[in-house]
Amino acid sequence: MATKKFMYLNRKASYGTVYAIESLEVVLIAAAFEQDVSLAFIDDGVYQIVEGQNTDGIGMKNFSKTFHALGDYDINKLYVSAESLEERGLTADDLMPLVYEDEDDDWEEKPSVKVVSNAELSKIMSDQDVCLSF
Amino acid sequence: MKFSIQINEGPYQHQASDSAYQFAKAAIAAGHEIFRVFFYHDGVNNASRFTVPPQDDRNVVNQWAELDIKNADGEPELVVCVAAALRRGMLDESEASKNGVEGNNIHPAFRISGLGQLIEAGIQSDRLVVFGD
Repeated sequence: MATKKFMYLNRKASYGTVYAIESLEVVLIAAAFEQDVSLAFIDDGVYQIVEGQNTDGIGMKNFSKTFHALGDYDINKLYVSAESLEERGLTADDLMPLVYEDEDDDWEEKPSVKVVSNAELSKIMSDQDVCLSF
Repeated sequence: MKFSIQINEGPYQHQASDSAYQFAKAAIAAGHEIFRVFFYHDGVNNASRFTVPPQDDRNVVNQWAELDIKNADGEPELVVCVAAALRRGMLDESEASKNGVEGNNIHPAFRISGLGQLIEAGIQSDRLVVFGD
């Protein structure tokens, strides 16, 4: 089967609407298709990977831990909009330390999250074959 | 060109399904192929055969059904995500009986399947066009 570049564009926070969790469900299924997968987090989507999420008070499943599994599925390109972080008073230090093991580099643990400017992100997006927006 | 379409919003509440329908109709009229339409999130509600709009309004579900988008084997290529459908009370006969639920509401022009069908549509089509919020 052909390999294409798939980008999953996450634009909404984790719990106000269903988009975030159902996007992650697509990403996990997509992993089985051995495509070149990347994720982008822009606007309120940056909240999806903020460290220390707690859903005890709202009766909803805290699915943020699932992001830690992405590295095991060879999904290790997570781009975060620098502008979207800044607009929300967040920095890279507020994000979950998501990592993957690089098989080409003696399985060294490397960060999956990369903070990029919107201009850079726009370049990365235009390089994709398929861009799914959630 | 070979198109696939993803619809992320339900009928009437949101224009996404209407816009997607207009797009699909125009694409077919221009000689393009619609490989698959994939209904996700609240978009699964576009497949309810119980949809009864007022007489002077369009019937979003029937409009899709009338486009009659099928594959070479004659199966509908209006595909409803199973996980998204089940959690929103959208079931076909097989899912209803599997889950011990009486009745079913998926229009026969649609079929329920998995998210893999969305990925496959992205791989197989020249363009995947997403309609949503």
